[in-house]
Amino acid sequence: MRPIKIEVGVLARADGSCYMEMGNNKVIAAVYGPREVHPRHLQDVTRAIVRFRYNMASFSVEDRKRPGPDRRSHEVSKVSRDSLAPVILTSYFPRSVVDIFVEVLQADAGTRTVGINAASVALADAGIPMTSLISACAAGKAGGHIVLDPMKQEDNFGEADMPLAMTPNGEITLLQMDGDFTVDEFQEALELAKDGCQQVYEIQRKALTDRYSQMKEGDLCGDANPVEEAQAYE
Amino acid sequence: MDRMDRDVVVPGDLVSDDPQKAGEGTYVKDGKVYSLLYGLASSYKDGVRVIPLAGKYVPSVGDTVIGVVDDIVFSNWIINVNSPYGGLLHISEYPKKIDMNEMSKYLRIGSSIMAKVKDVDSTMKVELTLNDRRLGMLKRGRVVEISPTRVPRLIGKGGSMINMLKTELNCNIFVGQNGRIWVDGNDRDMDLALKTILIIEKEAHTTGLTDRISEFLKTEKVARS
Repeated sequence: MRPIKIEVGVLARADGSCYMEMGNNKVIAAVYGPREVHPRHLQDVTRAIVRFRYNMASFSVEDRKRPGPDRRSHEVSKVSRDSLAPVILTSYFPRSVVDIFVEVLQADAGTRTVGINAASVALADAGIPMTSLISACAAGKAGGHIVLDPMKQEDNFGEADMPLAMTPNGEITLLQMDGDFTVDEFQEALELAKDGCQQVYEIQRKALTDRYSQMKEGDLCGDANPVEEAQAYE
Repeated sequence: MDRMDRDVVVPGDLVSDDPQKAGEGTYVKDGKVYSLLYGLASSYKDGVRVIPLAGKYVPSVGDTVIGVVDDIVFSNWIINVNSPYGGLLHISEYPKKIDMNEMSKYLRIGSSIMAKVKDVDSTMKVELTLNDRRLGMLKRGRVVEISPTRVPRLIGKGGSMINMLKTELNCNIFVGQNGRIWVDGNDRDMDLALKTILIIEKEAHTTGLTDRISEFLKTEKVARS
């Protein structure tokens, strides 16, 4: 699995946010909500609706991507939304919406899994009640071998790609496959991806708990006259 | 196994083996209690609960809140209470008997009020009232907004923090459950009050805060005299 870097709470205006790198992938996720739904006709009187917008920046890939949603973005948005909605306690917030935005700043295969991971952390950061976090990881087949977390070359020239998202308990919320697997290869890839998801979960959890313990040190005042305040506490 | 007090937890973390102990911010599954939120697990006499580190204000009956008038429609003022849900103040809930056409004479768009949540129904329709001696339009003073999750810390156990602030700052302070706080006093005291409130918001999760803030205020007041 490629190296991961997570930063929680990077956007001041969003209710929750997360910047995440997985290998050469760089994505930023923002969560707004629960908030009022506009247009009103989309609202559900009994629960919050969940909206997910996955977008790739024009500069995220080598061949400039035309701005705006395309069929692939719609697909990724929908499956990502479906991978997170089952764990969100939407019944706590009738007539509202939880808006999730994922922007891919640099792409290197596996962006939907990074997006889901970042969105999961951003949702926690926003204080949205969930039964658990969601972790995602892909497995694939390249050059005849089953590999974990394929990068661009492995994905483009490989034989199969299989993104997976699940709760830490092993309940699967996303499973897609593109390519050819025998039944045995599929099983092997599934186990590998599940293991990858567990690893991702540990990193997500640590990023969230570490952030708190940094705050715990209690740097006293964020505004003017830091010297004055520091002396006051000596 | 119960979580140590003040442990940081993420959604899905196990907080207790005893389903009887499930408090706020938790859920029970297969006889065990798990956290619903990113926050601090806190054990109290009868159970374990999770205090959120972030979250929106959800109006609940009996809360006193500070709202701002967003709009006037028919016989209701639409009030922004810093929540995903707007509040409705019906003309009959105004302490004086007034006519539908005079509504903007008493409360205009942009006016700030201190109101009480009268009712919340299952679709989260929120009804407010001003029918209480202490409620009404805010004419003087300033309002500052903090995260609603920090309000309990600002008030303190039995009002310890807020009473200390009122005395040390020589200001009238009112804390709305929705995270909006009204202060009234002379300009310098209000400046210090706002500054202090924002510090409390930032350090709400640390221990010994009330004493530290008390010391801070004493030093600030000495520094300026």
